[in-house]
Amino acid sequence: MTKRILITGNAAAAWGARLSSADYIPAFPITPQTEIIETLSEWIHTGEMDARMTVFESEHSMITAAGSAATAGVRVFTATSSQGLMYGMEMIFAIPGWRVPFVLVNVSRGLASPITLECDHNDILAARDSGCIQIHCATCQEVLDSIIMAYKISENREVRLPVMVNLDGFYLSFTREPVEIPDHNVVTNYLGEYNRLNDRYDAATPQARGLIVLGGSMYSYFRYQAHLAALKAIDVYNEAAKEFENQFGRRYNVIETYRTDDAEYCFIMAGSFSTKGKGAVDHLRNEGRKIGLIRPRIIRPFPSGELRLLLSGFKGAAVIDQNISSGKGGILYTEITSALYGAEGDYPVIGSFIGGLGGRDITIEEFTAIADEMKGHAEKGTTPETRLLFNVEELEQIKKVQIIAGTENP
Amino acid sequence: MPEELIKNIKDLAGEHNLAPGTSMCAGCGALETVKLFCDILGKNTVFVNAAGCMTLLSIYPFTPFSGSWLYTAMASASAGAQGIRDALDILIKKGKLSADEDLKVVVLTGDGSAYGMGLSSTSAAIDRGLDFYYLCYDNEGYGNTGQQDSAATPHGARTATSASGAGFTGNKKDLFSIWAAHKPAYLATVIAAEPMDLARKVETAMTIKGPKMFITLAPCPTGWHYEPHQTVNIGKLAVKTGTWPLKEYKDEKVTHTKILKERLPVEEYLKLQGRFEHLFIPEKNLTLINRIQATVDQYWKDV
Repeated sequence: MTKRILITGNAAAAWGARLSSADYIPAFPITPQTEIIETLSEWIHTGEMDARMTVFESEHSMITAAGSAATAGVRVFTATSSQGLMYGMEMIFAIPGWRVPFVLVNVSRGLASPITLECDHNDILAARDSGCIQIHCATCQEVLDSIIMAYKISENREVRLPVMVNLDGFYLSFTREPVEIPDHNVVTNYLGEYNRLNDRYDAATPQARGLIVLGGSMYSYFRYQAHLAALKAIDVYNEAAKEFENQFGRRYNVIETYRTDDAEYCFIMAGSFSTKGKGAVDHLRNEGRKIGLIRPRIIRPFPSGELRLLLSGFKGAAVIDQNISSGKGGILYTEITSALYGAEGDYPVIGSFIGGLGGRDITIEEFTAIADEMKGHAEKGTTPETRLLFNVEELEQIKKVQIIAGTENP
Repeated sequence: MPEELIKNIKDLAGEHNLAPGTSMCAGCGALETVKLFCDILGKNTVFVNAAGCMTLLSIYPFTPFSGSWLYTAMASASAGAQGIRDALDILIKKGKLSADEDLKVVVLTGDGSAYGMGLSSTSAAIDRGLDFYYLCYDNEGYGNTGQQDSAATPHGARTATSASGAGFTGNKKDLFSIWAAHKPAYLATVIAAEPMDLARKVETAMTIKGPKMFITLAPCPTGWHYEPHQTVNIGKLAVKTGTWPLKEYKDEKVTHTKILKERLPVEEYLKLQGRFEHLFIPEKNLTLINRIQATVDQYWKDV
């Protein structure tokens, strides 16, 4: 029976794994993810969940075991965060080539150095080129629902790639929201019986997996196969989203739009900070500004076609990246502009703004300033320089801290 | 009892589960052991491999194994074995795999992984009491990349990264003791040149549940610089000089399975290998030879 409870994003992630009937959970603790595996462990202990958990000595081993168990034909769930994802990154890149399904939840947290526990997206975006599918969530409900959808996509015969579901550390992981818990049987019905396909090592059907190939042709062939499967995941996603809506009544498009119908300007943001962006849209709308928000939910595969359709006709778009590619700038900005370049359509001036690193807030005043800047440039037809959001008060604070640290201020 | 089963060479397994024609070097000492393992363990196996020479056994679309194979990564073959073992247990429990279709999970890595990068994941697998076999083929260096020093390289051996007159200045790490300190269910050193000792140990391990660890000395013609036909001879000399003690750990006790009444001088073993040539040419380096001999003498004195 469906019920509605107040839970954290981490608990919602655990519910996603439980309702999807994951058989196997390789685990390793890391802040701010740990609550997920603790919750699952408790349910296994009480018998509420029929699964096996093994706690590993590292994320590298944990992710190896996730992929290996999937090659043997069980439904796998695992979770990590930040440095853990980085430590397991060799396997994050290796396992998509095995073409096995599983779901990995990443609880976003900024990468060292300096060390932080709070969120930005440099961890998950480092896995951008791995071949794993990526879904980015903005609410606790979306976390639960996306995990269920993720199994549907990952296990699809034409995809067979791991799916990463991302939620933001602290902002979602430790924030309680009302979440509707669907009926287990309905989820089982939605996902269907786990289909192992050829993922088995039965004595009668021995297999060799993860092999060496000789020569660039064979290597290219398999790399292209994984790429094409990832591209195919957009169609599979759309199908999964439609079925999900039919079963559960909630619709998740590859790109979420907010008040964009008559909008001339928009913010483009991923993850939970888009909620702040929506607040800013409401505020600016009250002042009579025609502005909306666009949030890509799926970042791999990149929804280039959908973005082209959506962005045509806008005057200005501000990409607010909660990540930084040092020496280049915002990662989503690069991805979005490359999707539009050369495409036919009436595309907006696109500005790049970097903010929210390590959980830094983005204030309503900053959103307003961004909107003003985009308007000014759009009217002139010029593109603004990349902006790194930081204010004078923050700088004053840093200077005080640097005096304590004994660091000379340049 | 397995001890009674294997009395002579004719008692070795009659079935052959590793096809010939692999891309291993001629005279590969590791391949000899792998072959014996496959024959004794039977067809119902899944080998989990870490980066090393043996990775080249399975090259798409061929595999010489009668059982299954998964390549993981250099650091995490034992974690891969855990994932597969867990999955097989889940499938059996849920009635999706019959117990008689169950597989033996075998980790296969070189010394580069076992003594170094893979030690953490293996340590943890033993901690968890994982029911698996681990076969480390120890060719005493990063053989697949041209024999650079590994933690298994013996004192004085010349390698691609210890090319000076003194050879490798460090000492071979005692992985047997490190693994023994974890109290695995079973642990043994073996060598293909002593097939009966090896077979008896594998058969003993097959009666035991838990981590079953093997280290085989793997004479390596290309890394140790000798003619391929010498592999068995060098393997036998490693045992006869006491350089490679054959032993097993069971029920928290170490037992030597081959006690030598008389040990040959280590020189007999060293002089056949190009990696130790600098100990003899242009003149005998008695200091170094004596040092190597003293280490071996001390080992057996302590036994």
